[in-house]
Amino acid sequence: MNRAFAIEVHGLNKSFDGKPAVRDVSIAVESGTICGFLGPNGSGKTTTIRMLCGLVTPDSGHGTCLGYDIQRESDQIKRRVGYMTQAFGLYTDLSIRQNLDFVARLYQVRRRDEVVDRVLERLGLAGRQHQLAGSLSGGWKQRLALAACLLPEPNLLLLDEPTAGVDPKARREFWDQIHLLAAEGLTVLVSTHYMDEAERCHSIAYIAYGRLLARGDADAIIRASDLATWHVVATHPTRLALELEARSGVDMAVAFGNTLHVSGRDPARLEAAIAPYRDDPSLAWTAATPGLEDAFIALMDGVPDSRR
Amino acid sequence: MNFGGPFFRFWAVLRKEFIQMRRDRLTFAMMIGVPILQLVIFGYAINANPKTLPTAVVAGESTTFTRTILAAMENTGYFDITGAVSAAEADAMVARGDVLFVVTIPTGFSRQLLRGERPLLLVEADATDPAATSNALSALNLVVQTALARDLSGPLANLNAGPPPFELRIHRRYNEEGITQYNIVPGLIGVVLTMTMVIMTSLAMTRERERGTMENLLAMPVRPSEVMFGKIIPYVFVGYVQVLIIILIARYLFAVPMIGSLWLLSGVLVVFIAANLAMGFTFSTVAENQLQAIQMSIFFFLPSILLSGFMFPFRGMPQWAQWIGEVLPLTHFLRIVRGIMLKGNEARDIWPEVWPLLAFLVVVMSVAMLRYRRTLD
Ligand SMILES: Nc1ncnc2c1ncn2[C@@H]1O[C@H](COP(=O)(O)OP(=O)(O)O)[C@@H](O)[C@H]1O
Ligand SMILES: [Mg+2]
Repeated sequence: MNRAFAIEVHGLNKSFDGKPAVRDVSIAVESGTICGFLGPNGSGKTTTIRMLCGLVTPDSGHGTCLGYDIQRESDQIKRRVGYMTQAFGLYTDLSIRQNLDFVARLYQVRRRDEVVDRVLERLGLAGRQHQLAGSLSGGWKQRLALAACLLPEPNLLLLDEPTAGVDPKARREFWDQIHLLAAEGLTVLVSTHYMDEAERCHSIAYIAYGRLLARGDADAIIRASDLATWHVVATHPTRLALELEARSGVDMAVAFGNTLHVSGRDPARLEAAIAPYRDDPSLAWTAATPGLEDAFIALMDGVPDSRR
Repeated sequence: MNFGGPFFRFWAVLRKEFIQMRRDRLTFAMMIGVPILQLVIFGYAINANPKTLPTAVVAGESTTFTRTILAAMENTGYFDITGAVSAAEADAMVARGDVLFVVTIPTGFSRQLLRGERPLLLVEADATDPAATSNALSALNLVVQTALARDLSGPLANLNAGPPPFELRIHRRYNEEGITQYNIVPGLIGVVLTMTMVIMTSLAMTRERERGTMENLLAMPVRPSEVMFGKIIPYVFVGYVQVLIIILIARYLFAVPMIGSLWLLSGVLVVFIAANLAMGFTFSTVAENQLQAIQMSIFFFLPSILLSGFMFPFRGMPQWAQWIGEVLPLTHFLRIVRGIMLKGNEARDIWPEVWPLLAFLVVVMSVAMLRYRRTLD
């Protein structure tokens, strides 16, 4: 057992009805860090997370979660992992407190009432504890779900798109909470589609079409994408984007307001492609570093979706 | 303006419904299966005029006359005479429901007959289900009139001239007045429990799955058996409340007797309720959604109500239907509840019906445990 890694899995594969959902995925997450798990819809994030906590049996591959074998010791893993499902998974016809009490009983939490009180307090749910879970808005539901994960005092949190459909302020608070938890020693694997959230992670794993395409911190991912980027301010950015994308050497041109982010994998060919436009006085060009999102899109374009 | 608008929109909805109907294969199969099931049961299995009913004979003597009478009874087609037994044995056989009739031929029957004293032939019928025995009892009158016509010829012809040579006394046991409610109301306990208990638990797991709470439940350290018992036992209490209500109504509205022990009935009820709950739980591990779960429950309920002897006499059904009936918990429970309430059955009388319930319970629970998946793949 390697104490430094809370999650360490190698070559996980899973197919559903002959269609591969996860292919050869290896992930290692250091204890006490936050790992962002990114990838387009249907890329296999949920399936991977389920394999980590024993809800889905991998076709092949092996590894450990908190030192326990993911195939043979899933009971041990379940006891020590807080898994927050993608869809709200608690009972809408129970109150917040009743839900937490139920979870605490299943985990045989000692001094249950105290622990529930503490978690309610920690997540600011105490004032609403008698409200039915079904009547909560997205942000509050997500807090309740996190509260339920924290009850058994897990060593590892697996959060599957916890902030989908949650407003920015609630998202911010949620992430503050996650950082606090990591500082206390918890390891967190969190899947998300938000770039600002990805940037708050210690490391990132990027998966597309079931394959792990990049691993590392944000800079490493950007480096791995091998992308050169220019920003250009234009009066008609959309029209310009279409023109530029048609040129070879430009892999993508995306408008952010009046600014266009133009990127290509080969810096020289990119420069050649934009050369005719550099002299246009109505356009203001600046060389830029590519963003995480640019890197992801470039990575994704690089792999053919062999499932189609 | 747009004249075809309503039609096209209606058409869009109709098409969508057909597409969805085709997706849910099981629902579709049920819609085809239920009428077929009903046709087969009503067409082949049900017979409101049951024949060859098991009959015991307590023979005080065996002479040409008595043999002729018994042969005449068998010739009606209604009686299937199993052999001669002692009076005590015959009593036990009726109590257990092994036979529906006991024919008692008193000693000296033939001598009295010859003297023209019109001896008594006693036929006791298990009248808990009046419908099962009434036709057979009517047929007996003809036996009395004609059975001995050939034997009483020549010098004995004068015995044939007047009133029938012997007297028939019919004794309807357990339900002297042939009140149908005595049979139906206790049976309803079983029917109501079968319907509600199976449906309730059949929704147990499908509801978790449909509401999206299943994954969370699986991710927590709880064992299948813990989930099953936790979900089944609350309904045992619901079942008892239902039974209490029916028994009170049976007693005070329909004056149905409660001859046996209420405690014995309560004890057996646990087994019967559990058997139905386990059945429902098994359905819920198989069904993909709540609609399917309810359809499976109906598919179980239909044969239960039709082949158990609740609606139609059990003995009237062909052998294959009786075999199906013997598998169903309701069949055995009906015999138990009627036995206890109307006949005053005791534990040893009903044991032959209790162990099939226990066997059913064990098998169905094992299936449920095998079917309960702890993963999502
Ligand atoms: N239980 C399942 N049965 C069949 N296919 C599944 C199942 N779970 C996931 N899939 C398929 O596997 C692929 C990956 O899905 P998922 O892991 O949910 O992706 P993500 O969470 O990244 O959106 C998808 O194509 C999805 O349809
Ligand atoms: Mg997902």
